[in-house]
Amino acid sequence: MIAYIIRRTLYAIPILIGINFITFGLFFLVNTPDDMARMQLGVKRVTPEAIEKWKAERGYDKPLLYNAAESGRRFLTETIFFEKSVKLFVFDFGRAEDNRDIANEIRTRMGPSLALAVPVFLVGIAVNITFALGMAFFRATYLDLWGVILCVAMMSISSLFYIIGGQYLVSKLWHLVPISGYAEGTDAVKFLVLPVLIGVVGGIGAGSRWYRTLFLEEMGKDYVRTARAKGLAESAVMFRHVLQNAMIPILTGVVVVIPLLFMGSLITESFFGIPGLGSYTIDAIQAQDFAVVRAMVFIGSVLYILGLLLTDLSYTLVDPRVRLD
Amino acid sequence: MPVLLPTDALVWLLVAAVAAFAWYSSRRPHLAAPWARVLRSRAAVASAVVLGCFMLVGLLDSLHYRPALPAKDPGAPVAYSVEVRSALDALLTPLRTKLEKTYSAPLATRLYQKETVERPDGSTAREFPRLAHGGAHLKDEARWGRDVALRILAGLAGAVALWSLAVLAGRRTLARRWPRVPWSAAAAALGGLLALAGPAAMLAGGYHVLGTSQVGSDVLYQALKSIRTSLVIGTLTTLVLLPLGIVAGIAAGYFKGWVDDVIQYLYTTLNSIPGVLLIAASVLMVQVYVDTHPELFPTSAQRADFRLLALCAILGAVSWTGLARLLRGETLKLAELEYIQAAHAFGVSHSRVLGRHILPNVAHIVIISLVLDFSGLVLAEAVLSYVGVGVDPSTTSFGTMINAARLEMAREPMVWWSLAAAFFFMFALVLAANLFADAVRDGFDPRVRV
Repeated sequence: MIAYIIRRTLYAIPILIGINFITFGLFFLVNTPDDMARMQLGVKRVTPEAIEKWKAERGYDKPLLYNAAESGRRFLTETIFFEKSVKLFVFDFGRAEDNRDIANEIRTRMGPSLALAVPVFLVGIAVNITFALGMAFFRATYLDLWGVILCVAMMSISSLFYIIGGQYLVSKLWHLVPISGYAEGTDAVKFLVLPVLIGVVGGIGAGSRWYRTLFLEEMGKDYVRTARAKGLAESAVMFRHVLQNAMIPILTGVVVVIPLLFMGSLITESFFGIPGLGSYTIDAIQAQDFAVVRAMVFIGSVLYILGLLLTDLSYTLVDPRVRLD
Repeated sequence: MPVLLPTDALVWLLVAAVAAFAWYSSRRPHLAAPWARVLRSRAAVASAVVLGCFMLVGLLDSLHYRPALPAKDPGAPVAYSVEVRSALDALLTPLRTKLEKTYSAPLATRLYQKETVERPDGSTAREFPRLAHGGAHLKDEARWGRDVALRILAGLAGAVALWSLAVLAGRRTLARRWPRVPWSAAAAALGGLLALAGPAAMLAGGYHVLGTSQVGSDVLYQALKSIRTSLVIGTLTTLVLLPLGIVAGIAAGYFKGWVDDVIQYLYTTLNSIPGVLLIAASVLMVQVYVDTHPELFPTSAQRADFRLLALCAILGAVSWTGLARLLRGETLKLAELEYIQAAHAFGVSHSRVLGRHILPNVAHIVIISLVLDFSGLVLAEAVLSYVGVGVDPSTTSFGTMINAARLEMAREPMVWWSLAAAFFFMFALVLAANLFADAVRDGFDPRVRV
């Protein structure tokens, strides 16, 4: 097991290097630092001195890949690639446009993001599995048919409409919770109820339908027929046999997103003014703060790879046939 | 003077390719059979009619031209306007040109906000002024209700007449040729569409059916123009996605060894970057490129078109990994089957095995994943435009409509019609696409074949 984890972690290294090259290529080769400076300072009426100053302030005034003016190790380290891309590996993200430390910002913003993402994730799974079990239990009846129709209809509504509609109904019309904002501690609850509710409702369509397919696939298998043949009640078959065996495909889809919960949700956070990582990312995209976007791309990738590893480990917990070595 | 924007060219190329593929498969029973199964589903037929109408609007909007300016003196050479218009614009000229000052509610005769107006007797007052076009034909506003009702009735009557004609003609021709297709579902869908379109068309002659936006342009016109953007994103993305996904997936599964390693490494790496962030980063870079190279894009239509095309390319380059993974798995399975082994034993070349044996046998996966992706791409456009990394702000799209409507929701009294229009059109398009995709999956999935 330990050996497996170590091996998988080693596999992650080339992937992270690849990600580094992709982001480096995107941010520094497609457009040179000069282009970015011109973009930030306004395309017209920009002096070469202003561009040089902008680049020097952000450390973009070095050569891209190798520095011919330096010698020895500094030949490679005094470059943009080393300063901006390699240092991501030790989680040194540098500073944002407003001169704040990105790593520090990420640490403080992780809390609100998790406070929103974890309830959405847990409640969402519980609700979706309940609906899916219900539909699978009443399969091939009108209840199932209308359930699927409702799911397809809900899937066809853009997440933006769930947020706008929810904000309008609950906050503006009924005045139940504040429309947006955030507070520390237990005060946060009243700000989080609505986004969590909207996050769960918005996910029902696609989620329940996917789980229903998984359950129906399991229910067509031989062991289910055997269980019924030996006289087990349908509810016992559903909960004891189908649900447990469907755990493997469910885990495949679910565990991989757990680490990504740290990243928060882009749209919901920005609509509700929750100071998490999602709104941080959106603000950075809109302000074209390349350093922050680069940092978030790297963190997101690390978390995704972590999620893949967790998925494999979780198989050993639910499926005794799986041995990792 | 006709203008061929790059997206137009690709859209028509895609139409030609689809038509050629349809003709090719109709000649081959094994290719036509799954489609026949798809078209036996009532939901599929009904949603195909709805999708067809959306496509028609989108295609009309893809025929661009620059209108000739009125000649100053008879002998002079014809000059063309810099503004690029489409066939749809020409059809909807009344909607496009009847501008109001600012917001007005659907079917309203007066503006949505008070203005200082001068009375005939010289005094001034704050009141809701009459619209320049909406209901301007009414001499007496008290007759508004009667006029609207009459127009709706006339629209419905026209719809019924058109619908009966279409049904009669369809019975004679289509239903005889393909008796097993549930034409009643198609007729029902067509009836529903006509029942909405008929009254809307009649009302649009005198009113703003879905109100006007902040700058006073007709919301119905904006919604119709948004359809093309959605369709372009949903379809042109496949032009990038397909070649990458098919080549990478099949090569990995067929050649195995280091080819497989390299391709797997590539798609795991790409997949590891959260999709939205990768798209955002790429679009930001395109934005920087466009802003620093203004000389490449002389007109705003060309700039907007380039950004739309770039967005499609980026979405395609980010999302080919899913298809490649599916195709790799299927190819791995196929490559072990006896007939492929036999082909190898006979010394058939790799390219021939791939073209004759592998590709046709994974085609169903390609088709299923294409139609499944479409609705997701349409929804993604709205979210990306909201984040600010979608289409050019000057392009009308559902995303830009929703984005603008967000501020309107906070107004007092609220402006709801832009949002409602975007919701209604987008919901109809995505729902039809989802239903059609489900039917295609059921029809093509070999597991359901009996």
